[in-house]
Amino acid sequence: MFDIVLQISLVLTSFSLILVLIRTIIGPSTSDRILALDTLGMMLIGIIGLVMMLQETVVYADIALVVAIIGFVGTIAMAKFLERGVVIDDD
Amino acid sequence: MTILHLAVLAPFLFAILVPFLFKYFRKVHTGWFVLFVPLILFIYFLSYISVTSDGQAVMQRMEWVPSLGINFDLYVDGLSLLFALLITGIGTLVILYSIFYLAGKEERLNHFYVYIMLFMGAMLGVVLSDNIIVLYVFWEITSISSSLLISYWYAKKASVYGAQKSMYITVFGGLSMLGGFSLLYVMAETFSIREMIGNADLILNHDLFLAAMILVLLGAFTKSAQFPFHIWLPDAMEAPTPVSAYLHSATMVKAGIYLVARLTPVFAGGAEWFWIITAAGIFTMAWGAISAVRQKDLKAILAFSTVSQLGMIMSLLGAGSAAFYYMDGDNALYTTAILAAVFHLINHATFKGSLFMVAGIIDHETGTRDIRKLGGLMTIMPITATISVIGLAAMAGLPPFNGFLSKELFFTGITNVAQYDMWNGDTIGMLLPVIAWIASIFTFAYSAIIFFRTFRGKFKPDMLPVKEVHEAPAGLLISPIVLVAAVLMISFFPNILAYSIIEPAMMSILPGILGEGSNFYVDIYHWHGINLELMMTLGAVIIGTIIYVTMNKWSKLGIYQNEQDIMTTVYDNGYDALIKGSQVLTRIQMTGMLRDYIVYMVIFIVLIMFYTMFRFEGFQISMENASEIGIFMYLILAALVITIMLLPRVNNRMTAIILAGFVGFLVAFIFTVFRAPDLALTQLMVETVSVILFMAVFYHLPNLTKDNIAPLTKAINIVVAGSAGLMVALVSMSAFTYGQTTPFDAISEYFIENSVELAGGYNMVNVVLVDFRGLDTMLELLVLGIAALGAISMIKLKVKEDDDV
Repeated sequence: MFDIVLQISLVLTSFSLILVLIRTIIGPSTSDRILALDTLGMMLIGIIGLVMMLQETVVYADIALVVAIIGFVGTIAMAKFLERGVVIDDD
Repeated sequence: MTILHLAVLAPFLFAILVPFLFKYFRKVHTGWFVLFVPLILFIYFLSYISVTSDGQAVMQRMEWVPSLGINFDLYVDGLSLLFALLITGIGTLVILYSIFYLAGKEERLNHFYVYIMLFMGAMLGVVLSDNIIVLYVFWEITSISSSLLISYWYAKKASVYGAQKSMYITVFGGLSMLGGFSLLYVMAETFSIREMIGNADLILNHDLFLAAMILVLLGAFTKSAQFPFHIWLPDAMEAPTPVSAYLHSATMVKAGIYLVARLTPVFAGGAEWFWIITAAGIFTMAWGAISAVRQKDLKAILAFSTVSQLGMIMSLLGAGSAAFYYMDGDNALYTTAILAAVFHLINHATFKGSLFMVAGIIDHETGTRDIRKLGGLMTIMPITATISVIGLAAMAGLPPFNGFLSKELFFTGITNVAQYDMWNGDTIGMLLPVIAWIASIFTFAYSAIIFFRTFRGKFKPDMLPVKEVHEAPAGLLISPIVLVAAVLMISFFPNILAYSIIEPAMMSILPGILGEGSNFYVDIYHWHGINLELMMTLGAVIIGTIIYVTMNKWSKLGIYQNEQDIMTTVYDNGYDALIKGSQVLTRIQMTGMLRDYIVYMVIFIVLIMFYTMFRFEGFQISMENASEIGIFMYLILAALVITIMLLPRVNNRMTAIILAGFVGFLVAFIFTVFRAPDLALTQLMVETVSVILFMAVFYHLPNLTKDNIAPLTKAINIVVAGSAGLMVALVSMSAFTYGQTTPFDAISEYFIENSVELAGGYNMVNVVLVDFRGLDTMLELLVLGIAALGAISMIKLKVKEDDDV
């Protein structure tokens, strides 16, 4: 029963991942795509949690944390690039 | 190291001294110092005559690479001694001649004498070596030193062309010969010619016999200027005349003759050897004689004449090899040809050397060698004229000179072939005397042309570059006079060398034919009675005279006007075509576009992999033991595939980077699902860092542009990429199937069992990285360090335009 719920949740999140992908592709602006990538990170955290439950392990907890941090850093970097044209200021 | 070894190496050792002598004794012509080397060697080799005339031989051994059976073994028998005497004797005369010929202060005498010493030592090595590898080494040194001598005046374009051509052709032959020698070693298991002759039966019945024979003959034919490899010889006439006289008439071009004569006991006795050598020789003889008539340059006439005479000697060696078939040494029917070959070898060296020297004198005194500008020199240069009359008469085969004697013997030897009752000797063999006779007609004709066009006729001083023409200085005349004296001596006392030189040489070419203690009967005399040979000579003289007299009629023909040898045209066109062809090929292949190179690489990888898998029946696909895939994985894989397929079509750089990031995240997720948390972590980090790096350099990158790729290229790209993907997929699936069926356990069992026990770590991946396989990690860290340093130096180090990187 629990496994079936997990499978259904996984399919649902994966489906929304496809939707995110469509947003990434069609855009239309770069901001849309950056947001889609950020959302992808969130969804990965969710899916990784579900997979952890499915495989009955806790070793992926680190990954979920790292995805959160990295998604944040990546989004900030791209946002800064959009705003300033550079990622790291020279001065 | 014996005195004999020292004798062969003496010219090399002396070559080291030559530049010093040239530098510190500028007042004395360097040639005077050099002169003593061949002179002493000549006297030294004369001392061997007493040994070889008894039928004995001297063998001296010096180890070089004994583990491979390569030893610097020297062997002196009749044949070697004949050549050694020719090399040192004519070498002495040529150096004496060169002292007066190259007298100008601007000549680079140090170069000249170093090269000529190198050549002399190499030539002595070729004729005295018993070991074929040592022989080959010396053989190549003669090729190199000959090229250096031809291009002595390297500022002239023709010299360089001639040197290059002779180098290509003789080195081609030399390398073929090396191949032949290797096959001989395979057959006889020895490098020693002595032992090969002892094992001749073994070689004669071996499968590789014919291949070895043809390869060795390629070497001999290229060196001795046999058709169609004769074309380098006329172009080698750009060398200084002493060089032409020495290398291209008396010594180097006879190296091939020597090789054929030396290996006759190994190869002879079969129809192939007999026919290849006889036919090539006789054809070369006719071709050379007919071509010589067309030439307008004195040295070119002499060069083609050399080609012709070498062909004559070669055909005699071929005809004489039948003696091995009959093993009947007492019968002059088979051995006369060898006698004629040896005798003519000596005669040709004497008269051709003197004729080249005469040509050099004429060039030296009048400034030209063109027979159209020369004429009427007889009264102005009487001594030169006398010398050349004798030399030319000998060459044309007029009695009583030595050329007549050897030509009579030649006709006898070649007509004898018609009496051989094997190998079509009595059918096709009938052609040989006819061709030989035609060749001697033309020999007479070009000899007449040289004499009458140079010394008779009208003196044309206004066409000559020099103001006043007079007789050559005494120094220049000494050497040709000595050679002509030798011609005369052999002419009037033909048997003077019979049992001291000629008979021992015949013994070495035809060993084992005679019984113990007996000799070949050598008696050369002028009057044979009225026989076929005399009629042939008479006929040749008469028709030759007619040809010369009617020359004005047929000299207007196009074929006469065109001096260029057909084979030279073939060579030149072939050479150009080779270069152009390689350029075209290179341009097709080396487009400079990475895209094309990747297509080549992928195509070849796919083809090789497909062939290998297909050939060894490697394709086995069975998905029996594959694990199940959750439904959500299909969705995620679909997302992955869609993203990857879209990536190449994106034309906005930012979108491309975001999509690449998307792929990276999904891959990290797949790592997670397959229970590889460390990999997933690393993948995420790396992916993010590379996205940020892209952003950092983004500013400096141009906008993505759409390439206009031709539809055909596009189609090829699609096919190539598709087949590569398919190939890899098939191979992976086969590998998976194979992994399921093999009985071997995975090595990872060991790590699972021992990572805690031996290394004390629960994270097996990390234990493998830093403990079991720590070395790889260290080197990967090094890679990172190098990449970082490389990035820094590329950013910080700005090279100015004129700096040499």
